[in-house]
Amino acid sequence: MDPEIPTISMVDLGIVTHVESDPANQSAKVILTPTFSGFPALRVMEDMVRDKLHDMGIPNVDVSTNFDVTWTTDLITEKGRKALLQHGLAPPPEHSNGFIELEVLSNVACPHCSSLNTRLTTPFGPTLCRAMHYCDNCLQAFEQFKPVG
Amino acid sequence: MNMNEQNTLAVKELLYKMADDLLILGHRNSEWTGIGPMLEEDISFSSMAQDKLGQALALYQLLNNLGEADPDTVAFTRNDLQFHNSELVEYPIGEYDFSLMRHFLFDNAELLRYTMLMDSSYEPLAKLARKFRGELKYHKFHGDTFVMQLGKGTEESKSRMQSSLDFCWNLALGVFEPSPYEDTLIKEGVWQGEEALKAQWMEAIAPVIEAAGLTIPDENTWKPVYGGRGGKHTENLQPLLDEMTEVFRVDPGAEW
Repeated sequence: MDPEIPTISMVDLGIVTHVESDPANQSAKVILTPTFSGFPALRVMEDMVRDKLHDMGIPNVDVSTNFDVTWTTDLITEKGRKALLQHGLAPPPEHSNGFIELEVLSNVACPHCSSLNTRLTTPFGPTLCRAMHYCDNCLQAFEQFKPVG
Repeated sequence: MNMNEQNTLAVKELLYKMADDLLILGHRNSEWTGIGPMLEEDISFSSMAQDKLGQALALYQLLNNLGEADPDTVAFTRNDLQFHNSELVEYPIGEYDFSLMRHFLFDNAELLRYTMLMDSSYEPLAKLARKFRGELKYHKFHGDTFVMQLGKGTEESKSRMQSSLDFCWNLALGVFEPSPYEDTLIKEGVWQGEEALKAQWMEAIAPVIEAAGLTIPDENTWKPVYGGRGGKHTENLQPLLDEMTEVFRVDPGAEW
């Protein structure tokens, strides 16, 4: 589970980039990629994966983080997008790994009422992954998991 | 890329100056936390500072992989003579117009720098560059937006933005101080170098400055402020380092 957004798993966020296991040696290796360079809970995430594998009865566990795969919001699965919405966050649009243009931040569907009559108020939010928007239809602020390419 | 002794020294020098710029500017930008002129700007500078500190950490980790000390030691135990940041980033946050102008000038260069580095022959850095670039897009967007808004705002905002541009200009040129290893870095394909970056930067900022109704200082007044890359700094840096390392120095061996 993502420590900051409990409804979504690290797999659905695209953070887990490599998994291999060797049942003969009772070992498993997992590699993670950071969502943001400044993401503060990298060590926490590694520990959570280690604990989970130990709970599954695997004693020899190797968990590490590297930048071999560049994390972008395109790596979020369909299930992940639904989980974000369930948490009250507008999911990011898909951008096919192109260079993000600012248009993707306008008229995002409101996660409360689904209206497109919304506007970006600031691309910076309470955590690195969130942009802030306002819905002129239901008159509520909402957050979006911001597109990162 | 062949990491022989010369190439390793060249890459380390590049990594140190880039990481130090990010650590020092990240720290300065974080000083706006709690005192930003409006809530959203408080959050913007805090968020961008967090990005920069994370990027600095990733670069210090590359240096550690090349045999330098671990990131905490490198970040928290050097004194000012051992830092390789540009003088631009060590100035106090000053008034908001100064911080915005510094951010606009620096982050336009930073986005271009890491875009170029995506093609580096030094693969670990190319991978980091691919990550940083996505984050830096938002930094450039923010800087450009505010410079344009305030440049075309009231008489006061226009005049403040112009004086800040005048003040920052030679300091900004100092960011592109050529490295003693510039030829090696270019020849080995690590990147295209500071001259090439500066040229792209001039082209990138010109339309924004024009749209903001501002003017770049006259070319015959240009005098890049060099020296930071070699450890020459203003009286602003050591007090910054003393404050930044205060908690660490209470117990350098502590487990956090």
